[in-house]
Amino acid sequence: MTAISVSGLRKTYPGRPPVEAVRGIDLTVRRGECFGVLGPNGAGKTTTIEILEGLLSPTAGRVEVFGMSWDTQADEIRQVIGISLQETRLAEKLSVLETVTLFRSFYRNGLEPHEAIRRVGLEDKTDAWIRDLSGGQKQRVAVATALIGRPQLLFLDEPTTGLDPASRRDLWGILTDFRSSGGTILLTTHYMDEAERLCDRVAIIDQGRILALDSPRQLIRALQADHVIELQVRPEGSDLSFLTDLESVEQVRDDGEAVCLSVAEPHIAIPRILEQLASRGLKLTGLTTRQASLEDVFVQLTGRHLNDRLPDRPPDSGG
Amino acid sequence: MSPFRQLLMSRIRLFLREPAAVFWVYAFPLVMVFSLGTAFRSQPVERVLVDVVRNSHAAEAAQALAESRLFRVTITDLPEAQRRLRIGRTELIVEKPHADPASVRYTFDPTRPGSLVARNAADDILQRAAGRRDVLAVTDIRSIQPGGRYIDFLIPGLIGMGLMGGGMWGVGFATVDLRIRKLLRRLLATPMKRSHFLGAMIISRMLFTIPEVFIIVLISRWFFSVQVQGDLSALFVVILGGAIQFSGIGLLVASRATTLETVSGLMNAVMIPMWIASGIFFSPDRFPDYLQPAIACLPLTPLIATLRQVMLEGAGLADITIGLGTIFTWGIVTFLLALKLFRWQ
Ligand SMILES: Nc1ncnc2c1ncn2[C@@H]1O[C@H](COP(=O)(O)OP(=O)(O)OP(=O)(O)O)[C@@H](O)[C@H]1O
Ligand SMILES: [Mg+2]
Repeated sequence: MTAISVSGLRKTYPGRPPVEAVRGIDLTVRRGECFGVLGPNGAGKTTTIEILEGLLSPTAGRVEVFGMSWDTQADEIRQVIGISLQETRLAEKLSVLETVTLFRSFYRNGLEPHEAIRRVGLEDKTDAWIRDLSGGQKQRVAVATALIGRPQLLFLDEPTTGLDPASRRDLWGILTDFRSSGGTILLTTHYMDEAERLCDRVAIIDQGRILALDSPRQLIRALQADHVIELQVRPEGSDLSFLTDLESVEQVRDDGEAVCLSVAEPHIAIPRILEQLASRGLKLTGLTTRQASLEDVFVQLTGRHLNDRLPDRPPDSGG
Repeated sequence: MSPFRQLLMSRIRLFLREPAAVFWVYAFPLVMVFSLGTAFRSQPVERVLVDVVRNSHAAEAAQALAESRLFRVTITDLPEAQRRLRIGRTELIVEKPHADPASVRYTFDPTRPGSLVARNAADDILQRAAGRRDVLAVTDIRSIQPGGRYIDFLIPGLIGMGLMGGGMWGVGFATVDLRIRKLLRRLLATPMKRSHFLGAMIISRMLFTIPEVFIIVLISRWFFSVQVQGDLSALFVVILGGAIQFSGIGLLVASRATTLETVSGLMNAVMIPMWIASGIFFSPDRFPDYLQPAIACLPLTPLIATLRQVMLEGAGLADITIGLGTIFTWGIVTFLLALKLFRWQ
C-alpha cells in the first residue's frame, strides 16, 4: 500500500534568474513507514514537502496521496493528513487548549483536544498562552495541531530544528508512538542522527535531486569504507593525501580540524598509517575511529558536509 | 463545535486580549466626540469686540455701546485700533471725529461676517442714542432648532468615520498579521472552509464596531443632547450595513498585501479621500460640481448621507432603501472579490 507517490516532480520558482528548487524527484512512501528527506539548506526539502502537502503547486510532475490527487480531492486529502510547517507562529494570545480546539473543529473526526495535548506532554501548559511557551513547547503545540485530526499521514518539516537534545528525544517518542499506532510519517531534517534513529527509509537530496534512497543501514553499508578514522598531526596542515595509497583506505579528506580517512578495515589500515607518518617525520597528536554515519554518506555523495553553506552559485549540474 | 464559531471565538478572544486595540477602538471615537463636541457646541453669543478711537467724544459713544450689552468696548488710539483690527482682536473701529460730532466713521472688514454684523448693530445703537426713532413695532422670536446645530451635523459624520476606521484597520491589520506569521498557510493546510475564515474576520469585527458606534450615539445624546430623529431600528440597520461595508473593503484592501507597511499605505490611500470629501466634517456640497460624481462614488458618502437622513431628518427604513442598497452592495461585492483575490501565503 502506498501513502504517497511522486513522479517527475519539478518546481521552478519564477524570478531572475528562476530558481530550480526541485529538479525531478520520484519517490514512493509506503503506508506505515517513516520516510526521511535529508539534505542541506536549500536542497529543496521544504519545497518538496509543501508540494506534497498541497500548499504549493508543482511546475511539473504527478503527486498522489493515498491514491488521491490535489487537483480533484484536496478536501479529502486534508481530512487525513496532519502538518507541521517549518515555520509557523501560532496566535500568541490563544492558550494551548484554545489553539488545539480551534484546529479540532476543522476535522470531521479527531482526537479530544485534551488527549492531543496529553500526547505531546503539555498537560501542565493547557491554559498557558502560546506566547509564554518555550520554543520546544511551541513546536509540540504545532505537533498537537498536526495530530488533532487523527491523521493517517503526518508531514513534519524540520520538526526538531532548534530544540535541545531532551526536547528532541521527547518529540522522537511522540513520533514513534504515532507510528506504532499505524501512522505514516514523512519528515525532513538535516540531522543525520535523527534520520538514522527514526526513519525506515531516507532520501538524500541536494540541489533538488535525490542522490540516494534507501534504509539508513543500507546507505551506510553501501559505502565501500564504513569506518572513519580522524587524525590530527603536527605540523598542522600537512598534506596527507599520500595515505590514499594504503591498503583499505578509500578516501582522505582534510576537514580543517582533523584529517578524515574512510576505511574499510581499521585493523589493517591503522598500523600502516602510523608507519607512514613516522617515516615522514610527522607527529601524531590525535586519533579516533568511529562507525560511518549518514553524514559520511552525504559527504561521499557530494563532497560537502550537510551543514556546509552552499556555494553562492550552485554549479548547474546539467539541468 | 462548529468551525465557524471556533474561528469567531478565537478572533474575539484575540481582540479582547489586546488592551491597546480595545482602547483605541472604544476610546478614540469618544475622545473625538468629546473634543469636537465641546469645541462646536452652540455657545451663548459672546460680546463682540469693538474699539472706539480716543478723543473728546469717545467716552459718550463707548458708554452707549457698552450699555447695549452686545459689545465689549475698548478705547484706544487709531493706529493701535487699526493694528487690532488687522490681527482680529477687534471687529470694528468706531470714530466720532473731533471736528464733527454729528458724524460717525466705521472701519471694518466686510469679508468678516462678525465685522459686518458689528457695524450694523453699532450703527443702530449710536443712531438711536443720537435721537433716531424706529417706525416699525418689532417682535423677536428666538427659536433654536433641534438638529440644526453643528454638533448634530457632526455626530453622524463621526459615526461614519468610526465605522470606516474600525472596519478597515481592524480587518486589514489582523489579516496581514496572520499572513506574515504564516498562520494563514497553516490554516489553509487544514480542511477549514475559506469562507468561514473570512466570514469570521468580518463578523468578529462587526461585533465590536457596532457597540462602539452605539456608545457614540448614547454619549452624544447625554452630553450634547444630540437626538436621533428617526427610529432606532433604521439606525441599527444603517450601522450594520456600514460595518459590513467597511469590513469588506478592509478585507479587500488587505487581500494581497504581505507587509504591514503596504497595508497601511493602501488603507490611507483609500481612506484619505473619504475623510476629506465624504462629509464627515462638512457637507460634500461644498466641493465644485464637477467633483460631485466622484464624491458620490466614495463608499463613505452614501453611508454618512443615510446616517444623517435617519438621525437629522427622521427618515425611516422605507425612505432610505437606495442608500442601504448601495451600502450593503459595497459590503457583499468587496467580500466576494476578496474571497477570489485573497492571497493565503
Ligand atoms: N518562494 C520562493 N521564491 C524563490 N525561491 C525560493 C522560494 N522558496 C524557496 N526558494 C529557493 O528554492 C531552493 C530550495 O528551497 P527550500 O526551502 O525547498 O530548501 P530546504 O531544503 O527546505 O532548505 P532549509 O534546510 O534551509 O529549510 C532554495 O534555493 C531557495 O532559495
Ligand atoms: Mg526547509
